[in-house]
Amino acid sequence: MDPQRKRKIRLVVALSVAVLLSVALIYTSFTASTQAKEPSELLAAAPGTSYDMTGKVVPGSIQHQGHGIAFMVKDRDGSGRSLPVTYSGAVPDPFRGGREIVLTGEMEGGTFVGEPETLVTKCPSKFTTKSDG
Amino acid sequence: MASLGSACLALAFLAAVSAAAIALYGRNGERRWIDLSRRVVYGFAALLTVCVVVIEIAFANNDFSFNIVQQHSSLETPAFYKLAAMWSSQEGSLLLWAWVLSLGSSLALYATRRRLREIVPWATAVMMGVAAFFTGLMLFAPDVNPFATLSPAPADGIGLNPLLQHPSMMIHPPMLYSGYVATTIPFAFAIGALVTRRLDAEWVRATRRFALVGWAFLGFGLLLGARWSYTELGWGGYWAWDPVENAALMPWLVGTAFLHSIMVQEKRGMLKVWNVCLVVGTFSLALLGTFLVRSGVLQSIHAFGDNTVGPYILALIAVVLIGSTALIVSRLDDLRSPKRIDSLISREAVFLVNNLLLVGLTAVIFWGTFFPLISELFTGQKASLAAPWFDRYTTPLAILLVLFTGIGPLLAWRRVTWASAKRIFLAPLAIAAVATVLLALVTDAAHKPWALALFAFAAFALAGIGQEFWKGAAARRRLSGGSMAGALIALVSRNRRRYGGYIVHVGIAVMLIGIAASSSFQTNRDVTLRPGQSTVIDGRKVTYVRPTAKVDSLAFTAGALLRVDEGSKSFDLETDRRFYRPTGVETGTISSFFDGEADTDVGLQAGLSHDFWTAVQPNITGVQRRARAADKGFQACVSGGPGTPPQCKAVGAMMRAAAANPALRSTALAQISSLQEATAKRIAATYLHEPAPATFKVIVNPLVTWMWIGGLIALCGAIIAIWPSRGRRRGSPVRTEADALKEAKYREIRDAELDHAAGKLSDEDYAILDAELRKEAVQILDQVGGEREKVEQS
Repeated sequence: MDPQRKRKIRLVVALSVAVLLSVALIYTSFTASTQAKEPSELLAAAPGTSYDMTGKVVPGSIQHQGHGIAFMVKDRDGSGRSLPVTYSGAVPDPFRGGREIVLTGEMEGGTFVGEPETLVTKCPSKFTTKSDG
Repeated sequence: MASLGSACLALAFLAAVSAAAIALYGRNGERRWIDLSRRVVYGFAALLTVCVVVIEIAFANNDFSFNIVQQHSSLETPAFYKLAAMWSSQEGSLLLWAWVLSLGSSLALYATRRRLREIVPWATAVMMGVAAFFTGLMLFAPDVNPFATLSPAPADGIGLNPLLQHPSMMIHPPMLYSGYVATTIPFAFAIGALVTRRLDAEWVRATRRFALVGWAFLGFGLLLGARWSYTELGWGGYWAWDPVENAALMPWLVGTAFLHSIMVQEKRGMLKVWNVCLVVGTFSLALLGTFLVRSGVLQSIHAFGDNTVGPYILALIAVVLIGSTALIVSRLDDLRSPKRIDSLISREAVFLVNNLLLVGLTAVIFWGTFFPLISELFTGQKASLAAPWFDRYTTPLAILLVLFTGIGPLLAWRRVTWASAKRIFLAPLAIAAVATVLLALVTDAAHKPWALALFAFAAFALAGIGQEFWKGAAARRRLSGGSMAGALIALVSRNRRRYGGYIVHVGIAVMLIGIAASSSFQTNRDVTLRPGQSTVIDGRKVTYVRPTAKVDSLAFTAGALLRVDEGSKSFDLETDRRFYRPTGVETGTISSFFDGEADTDVGLQAGLSHDFWTAVQPNITGVQRRARAADKGFQACVSGGPGTPPQCKAVGAMMRAAAANPALRSTALAQISSLQEATAKRIAATYLHEPAPATFKVIVNPLVTWMWIGGLIALCGAIIAIWPSRGRRRGSPVRTEADALKEAKYREIRDAELDHAAGKLSDEDYAILDAELRKEAVQILDQVGGEREKVEQS
């Protein structure tokens, strides 16, 4: 086989592998992703679907409950009705009232039940002095 | 002081702009303009140094008239953290960026002061353009001037967030920033090379060391961040695929690809387009990292709220990408190399594969990181990808990468015959096979095929590098005698770049073994225990011995003492959670302890075989209830209702007096604080006898220590590779480009000789290669002679 042809074949093979891989990547990313929703949207969400809830913890609402905690969250801009949340598992250090959190979980009977190990609390930085007070 | 700082900052901006302008004016290679612009760059660095010193002095002296000091420090902030507090702020980190860039640019221009006459002016212009951008941001963008002042100056500051008060804070951000900044230098020289069409390997040679320094900084910064997360944040992990972590990992990966592929350009003159693309990619990703930390675009634990500079950085990224792409496209003809890769079993072919894997890895991480935006674009819904998705793609890519990391060093440049390939691969393959079989039989590694594959490939890579060292040292000894150890040291110190690189490979392989073992074979449990209760975790008996509690002026600490029986040995571990009183408040209620920040003290028993890690979540419901009751009692007490005890009346009277007479204020505050502290101590004492159950997170993490050890090995390797070689250190005479070219060719001839002596190249291959290299060397010598004549004539 002449080298010109060989190189062309190699290029075609490499390109098709790359295309296949990126199709897989794109497909799985759309199927494996979880939708992000704010508490006010979740109040009406169907049970049995996993969501990433992003919201703000209502200050003073955190209570120990059995092995975990229960608290209320509101939309990030502080509007809308608050959503009750239960979570068991490790709580990150920065977690407290007024903090923005991201939590993966499902709705069960009007309560958002978080999966263990998925609670992310935004890092408290001195940038946020305005909202931190 | 603030006005001195402001003046220096403004002058620095002017210096950056004029250095760029002067450099462009002297773009035809006129000596005096280039020299002048270089000196202005030195001046720029000096001015920014003054700015940094002014800020640091303000922090050290508690000068709260500086907005930045008031916001990020307080009288109580420990001195050590006062120095680090600068970069916990947005304006401070911009200043750090600009300052590190000014030092890096000065160093790069000093190193190339007698070389690259065409490229340097353009590189200066690019570096100073970026520098002017960051200095200009501080001057003109809202809310980011580090010299903003407050009048009148407050008596105390808000203080540095206790979570940031960790030794890593001192070095983790500057390391990452230095890494980001160092990518600017190769980028600037690449742009210079593109503009002037001087696209041989000379710009690569001049900036390779800076690329390596940036890579090492970035890698070390990542390692420190992982360590910080593991030992400080109470979740027990070291990597979470958080957008900001990814943002630092991506330029590191592309930088790794760049460091490898430039070798192909240096040795073979190939992959020029690829290299300029990688250098542009690395720089853009570094800017993107800076941007992501400072923007709220993606949900991240690092996304630092209010963002005022994000859009500007985004605009800079757009300019960089569009400008570079246009430049590369217009220079495609000059970038094309007539040479082709001779054989698929050659080092350059493996480098190419490794490059593709690294870039593929980066593409996966990029897609996953920005998926929330992509998803919103296509479906209108923000959706995100979690760690399992990242793991699914990164695991196989990382494993393949280890395999090729093992293969690459074994092959010689250009071509290897089957016969010599067989000879070289035999021992490492045998060792890897034995290791795999042993692991599969003795441990439970066989249940985790990915981990087993990684262990097998890592064993292959380590054995291969071991063989390289062994054969190289043996060959060296045959050539010059001496002991084996002496030969080994001579081998490494004479070929720092090659063997330093191998040591980096060892470090990365060891590190990946640690990562694979700790992520695949970790035991991670949440248990709730009452004092005195025990449970068994991974064959270890864990007993909650007793609760602990402590109060001081900063924090209320509630914790636990655990006893762990590991068969033959047993040890005690303490873990607790500190609840900090809110900062910036003169006096609050006792319950205010629980409104402030909290942080976990991890109990960690680290070992070479495994770590035992634990963090407690104390149940403080009772403590909080009592604190609220105490606060209420105190209120009732000082309000002086009927039936209040006499001490209460005294305090109440004092508070009223203080309200009327500010002079008494501090005495009253001190009284109240001490009273509160005593009460808090009593409450803490009740916690010691409370039978409330506490929740513990317990992790048994096998081999995780090797991750840190591997990281440090890699860092040592990088330092060896960066260290200037002996001749250069002594301050060799002026090097012209042709001299550098000649030196590089000689090194290549020496490398081939070593490869032949170490049995990597067969006699026949060596004969061909040596003849080719010598022919190329003669061509260069002719060219050098020609240039000399030209110089002498003129």
